[in-house]
This record gives sequence, C-alpha cells and structure tokens, in this order.
Amino acid sequence: MKRFLIPLGLFFVLVGFLAVGLRLDPREVPSPLVDKPAPLFQLQQLDDSGKTFSPKDMLGKVWLLNVWASWCVSCRAEHPLLVSFSKQAGDLPIVGLSYKEVRGDNETDVSKMSPADELRLTRQRATAWLARHGNPYTLSALDMDGRVGIDYGVYGVPETYLIDKAGIIRYKQIGPVTRETLDKIILPKIKELEKS
Amino acid sequence: MKRLLILLSLALLCGLASAKEATPLAEDEAVEKRLVYISDEMRCLVCQNESLSSSHAELAQDLRREIRSLIKQGKSDQEIMDFMVSRYGDFVRYRPPIKASTYLLWFGPFLLLAGAIIALVVYLRRRGGRIEESSEDMLSAEERRKAEDLMKLNESESKQ
Repeated sequence: MKRFLIPLGLFFVLVGFLAVGLRLDPREVPSPLVDKPAPLFQLQQLDDSGKTFSPKDMLGKVWLLNVWASWCVSCRAEHPLLVSFSKQAGDLPIVGLSYKEVRGDNETDVSKMSPADELRLTRQRATAWLARHGNPYTLSALDMDGRVGIDYGVYGVPETYLIDKAGIIRYKQIGPVTRETLDKIILPKIKELEKS
Repeated sequence: MKRLLILLSLALLCGLASAKEATPLAEDEAVEKRLVYISDEMRCLVCQNESLSSSHAELAQDLRREIRSLIKQGKSDQEIMDFMVSRYGDFVRYRPPIKASTYLLWFGPFLLLAGAIIALVVYLRRRGGRIEESSEDMLSAEERRKAEDLMKLNESESKQ
C-alpha cells in the first residue's frame, strides 16, 4: 500500500499544476507599461479635422484610453458597456483610439490609396460605426497606421488603459472590458486615483 | 529584352502574391538579414507560437516594418530588443532573461535531473545491498541439490 503513496502524491501535484495552468489565459501578457508614463503622441481627431489630440491634454484628469476599430468584433461586444458607462461615469473622459480603421480590416489595400483617401475612409467608417452603436467617447484620435498602437504595446483590439492625473498608466485591460472587470477592478481604481 | 520581360512579369506576379504586404520588398539585403536575425528571436504576440519573422499576422508585419526602420536608424540589436521589451514585455522574447522570477524556468530542469540522479543512486545502492544479502541463502539445500542434478542432466544430454 505504502509504495503507491509516492506516485499518488506525484499524480496529485501534477494535477494541481495542470489545473492552475488551465485557468491561466495565455493571451494575457502582462504589460510592462503599467506604472509607466503613457507614451506621448499627437494625432488627428475623428470629428474635427483641424484639431489634434495628445495625452498631455489630459494631465490633471483620470481618464480611460480605449483602443477600438469598426472591424473589431470584440469591440462591438464591449461597446454597449462603454456606452452605458460613459453615461453613468459623469465627467470621466473616455478617449477612443481608432486603431488602423482601414488598414486593419484585411480587405482594403492601402498601398493603392492616397493618404487623403485613407483619412476620408477612416473618418467615414468610424463615424458611421459610432452613429450606429453609440458614441461613449469624449473624442477619438486616429491612429491610422498603428504606430501609436505599437508604443502602447497593443496586440489585440480592444484594449483599455486607465491613466492617472500625472499621465501614468495604472491599469491595462486586454480584450473587452466586462461588467465584472469594470465593477471589481476599474471602478475602484478610478475612485482611488481621483482622490489623490 | 525577353529576359527583362520575364523578370518584369515575375516581379508583377510577386506583387500580386503579396498584395497585402504594405511594406516595400527588400531593397537592402543587409537590413533584411538583420531583420530576420532579430525577429527570429521574437515571438509574434497574435499567434504566440510563431516567431515574429515567420508570422503573417498584421501586427507582425507592422512590427517588422518598425524594426526595419530602427535598423535603418542605426540602432543596435540590443537597442531594438529593448524597444520591443519596453512595449510588449519579456514575453516577446523567445529567450527569457535570467532573473529572480525566471530562475525556476532556467534551472528547474537541472534540479529535476539532479533529483532523478540522486533517486537512481539511492535505489541502486539499496538494491545492490539486498542482492548481496540474499544471494547466499537464496536456495535451500534441497533446491541446490535439485539444481545441481539438473545441471548434470543437461551436461550429459549435450554430450550424447
């Protein structure tokens, strides 16, 4: 009887490791950007062709940066929550980063398109999508070539960053924001950051 | 002239095949070689079991373009690796750095090997002891006699 105890023990240790391993999500890569300053950029805004947006404009405010695109299926799943959150959150700014709206759709070949055409198509698609599904964003900035996305370590849309008053990234959500993560993680963090 | 035409049509075909690729094709061989060398060491974050150099994911193409422009700016391999790690974390490297949180990853297999060798040595020693102990009285007098008879029988049979 005793001789079976050791293999049995090893078996349970192995089962333990596998059980933990199954619960981990390999897509959740810890971001090195958390607790680091949000990378700066200067991008055109979606609605007003004259204005640009920079994270510097948000200094002194706690805000959310949400990376989205009209071709992104999970963004659509996440969107109603953002819309209702934007109504209840009051004055918490949610900035949209329109990520590779035209280049990312896997259909349009941008190399045959002039930059002005790409910009026009981006505006047209993004505006139509927001009109259809609701606009939770204070404003949206256009990252047409995904260059800013690289600085933010974006590798799957949607992604959401919580940035504090000093412009430091405090939390990064990879994939859609859910009711649960919003209530349990993001909202408490916002409250805490707004106090400081 | 004919050659040129063939070349041109081939070039066109290539253009068609990789129509999705937004980046211009290799214009500088040295840059491309370094690009492949560096991006072989990196993981594509979209399809995580592919290297950045072999992945066809959209993001991988963007990142390769980014690395290409860094190379052209004259950045060293280390600087390019740091650029990627500062954005995507150590996860982007196929060879994780040796630090406190990865000691188990790097040295765990050697620990297991050492454990296995110790267990083997202990087991062999114990077994060796047991065999020596029991070898003298493994057979009773009666059994020994029988065994000798059998051996004799066997011998005489083979002589015939």
